[in-house]
Amino acid sequence: MFGIYLKRELGRRKKAALVIALGLALGIALVITVDSVSAGMTQAQDKVLKSLYGLGTDMTVTKARSAPKAGSSQGPNFKFDAKSSGSNKQSSDRVMTQGGQALSSSLVGKVGAQKGVASAVGALTLNVTKVDGSFTQGKAKSSTSSSSGSQQQGGPGGGTSSGGGQPQVQGGGADFSVNSYSVAGIDVTNQDLGPLATSKITSGTTFTSAQTNAKVAVVGKSFAKTKKYKVGSTFTISGTKFTVIGIATPDSGDSTTDVFVPLKQAQTLGDAKNKVTTIYVKATDSQQIAAVKKAIQSHISGTTVTTSADLASTVSGSLSTASDLATSVGKWLSVAVLAAAFLVAALLTSAAVSRRVREFGTLKALGWPSRKVTRQVVGESMVNGLIGGGLGIALGLAAAYTVTAISPKLTAQLGSGSGGGMGGAGGGPGGGPGQQSASSSMEIALSAPVSLTTIALAVGLAVTGGLIAGAMGGWRASRMRPADALRSVS
Amino acid sequence: MYRLTGVTKRYTRGKETVEALRGVDLTIADGDQLVIQGPTGGGKSTLLQMIGGLDRPTEGSVELDGVDLARIGETRLTRVRAENIGIIFQSFNLIPTLTAQENVETALVPLGVKPAERRERAAEALRSVGLGERLGHAPSEMSGGQQQRVAIARALVKKPKVLLADEPTGNLDEGTRDDIMALLEGLWREHGLTFVMVTHDSSIARRAPRLATIAAGRLTLTEQQPYGVGAYDGQIAH
Repeated sequence: MFGIYLKRELGRRKKAALVIALGLALGIALVITVDSVSAGMTQAQDKVLKSLYGLGTDMTVTKARSAPKAGSSQGPNFKFDAKSSGSNKQSSDRVMTQGGQALSSSLVGKVGAQKGVASAVGALTLNVTKVDGSFTQGKAKSSTSSSSGSQQQGGPGGGTSSGGGQPQVQGGGADFSVNSYSVAGIDVTNQDLGPLATSKITSGTTFTSAQTNAKVAVVGKSFAKTKKYKVGSTFTISGTKFTVIGIATPDSGDSTTDVFVPLKQAQTLGDAKNKVTTIYVKATDSQQIAAVKKAIQSHISGTTVTTSADLASTVSGSLSTASDLATSVGKWLSVAVLAAAFLVAALLTSAAVSRRVREFGTLKALGWPSRKVTRQVVGESMVNGLIGGGLGIALGLAAAYTVTAISPKLTAQLGSGSGGGMGGAGGGPGGGPGQQSASSSMEIALSAPVSLTTIALAVGLAVTGGLIAGAMGGWRASRMRPADALRSVS
Repeated sequence: MYRLTGVTKRYTRGKETVEALRGVDLTIADGDQLVIQGPTGGGKSTLLQMIGGLDRPTEGSVELDGVDLARIGETRLTRVRAENIGIIFQSFNLIPTLTAQENVETALVPLGVKPAERRERAAEALRSVGLGERLGHAPSEMSGGQQQRVAIARALVKKPKVLLADEPTGNLDEGTRDDIMALLEGLWREHGLTFVMVTHDSSIARRAPRLATIAAGRLTLTEQQPYGVGAYDGQIAH
């Protein structure tokens, strides 16, 4: 009887049922869309963080930023030889540790020994600035005896000297190009963690664990393309010749590291023996990251520990803006629409009960207990809710599919140049949070994945909507007195 | 057996209080037929509600076989209605979306009768009121007289002790009225029911064995000459 009665009643009030179902469907569809887009934002942020931070890395440890010493120079310093030949080709590499701050390698073991740390590896990131070019010497000519043909050589840089009787330097100059790139020295014995973990070797091979001090390199795909490097190519950094053994393609976006070399080689190049710039840490349990951070900070002084969450807070750009929109405006819009849908459903159900006073009064007069009448009203309302839920899920899936199909491009920026404190997060492997003021920018395609949890949430909301509406209508129906059935006739 | 003692019912609306029943005393023996007549607003429907356990008096008691319907809890009162009292309404009060058979079944739902038995009993009840061919028809597909027959079948399907009818012919033409009254008369006698009917139709009231006239909440009882079977077979005098 319950099912037959329910089916017939819903059939009789198709329009009202449809209005209730559509209201709920709209709210639920919005929740699914916002939830899936938010999930897409989170995935995009994860991609950004992983590509810049290291796959599987839960946190990084870097040296705490200290104020520069008085008189110390922070800029690069190049030295060229002055030679006497007419045209001097000069080339100089300036190798600096990224951020100018390094930790002792021994801290890697110390960090690894902390409670809750699964593994820790050190990496040294270097900035290499290469200056290539040539000087051309000027020619000194005497202004008073130009016909004598005597010439004196001027100093590099040419220029002219003035003054009567003094020789004049003419011609000369310099033509230099400056290239800078990043080099990461990695622990070849543990490549699952650290800067190279976010890339795949798409050509050649990666390092073997025996190549701890080999003069071999893996180069980033875009850097290799620019420099036309292939597996087997050689290049020189600060006088050391390296052979390319592999080309690495980052999992997403652009890699911020151009060249990977064994850690010892990087330490030699950077004159940073037994130093690392960043220690990459993986925790035993993702739930314990905060505790591990605290342990490292309290046991190892002079370090800055940055977790993925810390780094995520520094993501800016359109990804961040969209993410903020999804979590603030989208969330509240969903809540508002859902609340309105619930209210409309409750009011319409209540109004339907009012129109059925005689019907429910008759049933009560026939001896139907209040709970049976209430169950009938709630049942009808629940079916409305489930129809709304079904429609809402279909609409929400369609919206999420559309977002994924369109794949709008979002830009993520890390380390917006704020520098101090936690600002300026990372900026790339080895850079470490707070170490670098330069920002890194990545373009990410947004998708809107719909999880089973989201579907379950939608079904839950549909049931809740039906229950809220049914509870209100059922409450009114249960309070109805059977005498109303007779009175409505009088 | 019904025993009503000092039944008073007051309705309060804002500052105004209306006394619908004023100290009504009434005894109805098992198998009796009582017709309640009176002007509109005189309290006849209110009295029927008290007898049917649909409402409670403000004062006094309404005893059915020694159980005071004014005092028992709501759950027990609902059970008494479900098991013992069949009610027929002036406007039939059928559920518009259900078929004739399903409407009759609604009276068996609170008794926990299994669906198959419910369907069988409902069909039998409809056959007994001459609607054996109309089981699957919706109320909108039937005439007023047929709808009232469905309502009668619904009231009787549970085999109640008491049958209450609130102006059962009020919405019917004369011919149909006589048919319905003949049917009710026959069923009353056949089932040995206690039959209480409210009507404003004097021609029906005159032929009842007991007539209760109610005006301004006060009841006056008149014993009349009872009619035999077939009294309503088109012989109602006007």
